[in-house]
Amino acid sequence: MIAVGELHSILALAQRDLTKLLRDRARLITTVIFPFIFIGALGGTLSASFGRAPGFDFLTLTFTGVFAQTLFQSTAMGMISLVIDRENDFSQELFIAPVSRYTIIAGRILGETLVALPQALAILAFGLVIGIPISPGQLVGLIGTGIIVAFFGGAFGVLVLAFLNNQRAANQVFPFIFLPQFFLAGVFTPIQVMPWYLELPSRITPLRYAVDFVRGVFYAGTTDYQHVVLQDPAANFAIIGPAFVVCLVIGTFFFVRSERNR
Amino acid sequence: MRATAASREVRHAPSDRDTIVVTDLVKRYRGAELNAVDGISFTVQAGELFALLGPNGAGKTTTISILTTTLAPTSGVALIGGHDLASDPSGVRRTVGIIFQKPSLDLNLTAEENVRLHAILYGLFPYRPFFALMPIAYRDRVRELSAILGIEREMFKPVKTFSGGMKRKLEIVRSLMHRPRVLFLDEPTSGLDAASRRALWDYLRQVRLETKATVFLTTHYLDEAEDADRICILDKGKIVAEGTPAAVKQDLTHEYLVVDAADRDALRRELVGRGVVHRETPLFEIPLDGLGAHAILKSIDTPLTTVRTVAPSLEDAYLKVLARS
Repeated sequence: MIAVGELHSILALAQRDLTKLLRDRARLITTVIFPFIFIGALGGTLSASFGRAPGFDFLTLTFTGVFAQTLFQSTAMGMISLVIDRENDFSQELFIAPVSRYTIIAGRILGETLVALPQALAILAFGLVIGIPISPGQLVGLIGTGIIVAFFGGAFGVLVLAFLNNQRAANQVFPFIFLPQFFLAGVFTPIQVMPWYLELPSRITPLRYAVDFVRGVFYAGTTDYQHVVLQDPAANFAIIGPAFVVCLVIGTFFFVRSERNR
Repeated sequence: MRATAASREVRHAPSDRDTIVVTDLVKRYRGAELNAVDGISFTVQAGELFALLGPNGAGKTTTISILTTTLAPTSGVALIGGHDLASDPSGVRRTVGIIFQKPSLDLNLTAEENVRLHAILYGLFPYRPFFALMPIAYRDRVRELSAILGIEREMFKPVKTFSGGMKRKLEIVRSLMHRPRVLFLDEPTSGLDAASRRALWDYLRQVRLETKATVFLTTHYLDEAEDADRICILDKGKIVAEGTPAAVKQDLTHEYLVVDAADRDALRRELVGRGVVHRETPLFEIPLDGLGAHAILKSIDTPLTTVRTVAPSLEDAYLKVLARS
């Protein structure tokens, strides 16, 4: 049970990240535009080439994949702000505060989730504009799963950052970690059939479970479900939940240790 | 308190009045061959202004980082306000306030937003998204402290527009929000011009008077340490001198009389003839060592062209300590 004081601290830290986003117009615009390129350009060309030939709509598949990937990656990358705070000497103000270190990290994850939400809403609006059929139930499902995926991405980001010393290293390492995941998680293309040497890395790819979780809820009750979804959303959640806790605990432990044990 | 000579370890029996008790503190950074802090022990009494001095790399910031829980020691024990650094870091954090060597403000937020974040993290007030929604007690405290430091009109402006001096003042406002019993100031005036330094110290004196807080200071400006109740000089991670500024000065430096004459040979002959200890630099320096300047001057017949007494500063003592160590 989180103490009330810790909850207030989490909210205050989260507001800080959101405030910074809202005051940075350039960042606000670029973060919203980037997913459009994926959905509009990549999804559009794939859809034009294949249509419903594989038994499902490619554009919708890309839309759901990019939706999950954007939230996961945005929050994970947002955790770089922990390293930026360290380089700007602000982390010493945070880490001297009499609150749990987990509270500080949780506040940052919630903050970066709030930062990712405008992107998610923009993607949803864009999906509706380009004619992706989204029912009210699917809309609620996308937002709900999207928030869970964003939290998962944040915890994954903390785990990665715990072993990186500076912003430069983080900016170099994160693309290497994310680019293979785009393909191994089936963000743009289906991965129901994969060669064994890709199947194995795919199964240890966190983004795979995030994307499939979103799709499992989005496609529930539709005929495309069997062509697109890899496993039941409950099974995905059973993996995402413990993985979130493990990433958060190990990541926070090592990040704090790297702060204090120099 | 007695000043100590180079490298001699200082040990104290902690008393009830000690608010900081440090025993055999050691810090060796990863991969380093030498200890940054090498087995230091000292105590600070409640309400004191305690100054930790030393050249760059002496271990001052390392010590302050350990005592404020932002850096783990390699070994040793430290109690702050009765809280053990190792077993009760949260208690230590509630007890102390700190102004870091490098400003630790979020430049993207306003001054008040920085203060509000601090107040909520310290559990002083509940979270509210806007200043206007914060409890009256918070709003009054912010107004009161910002008025003391003369930045009440800037509290709602982005910190990125602040000068170095204003950032320091804002950090003081922030650090006092939770009424700390011990205030750590790590080179608080570094990078400030002379006027800002003086103004900041005027504010800090006022703050000390009003809060009765213990102040633990590190500084490169020796004149700032002249007002300290006690000083401690570190060099290469070890304590090389400790005591009141007056005691350290008395132990290491001496007041002397400087005289000169147009006929230096006559003056030299007279001083030697009367057995007056002196040295020529080329002026004649006569250590007073309990002798009265007036008595010495009365005993000299050679007409003098220069007469003055020199009282050494803390800086003279400090440089002497470092030269010895």
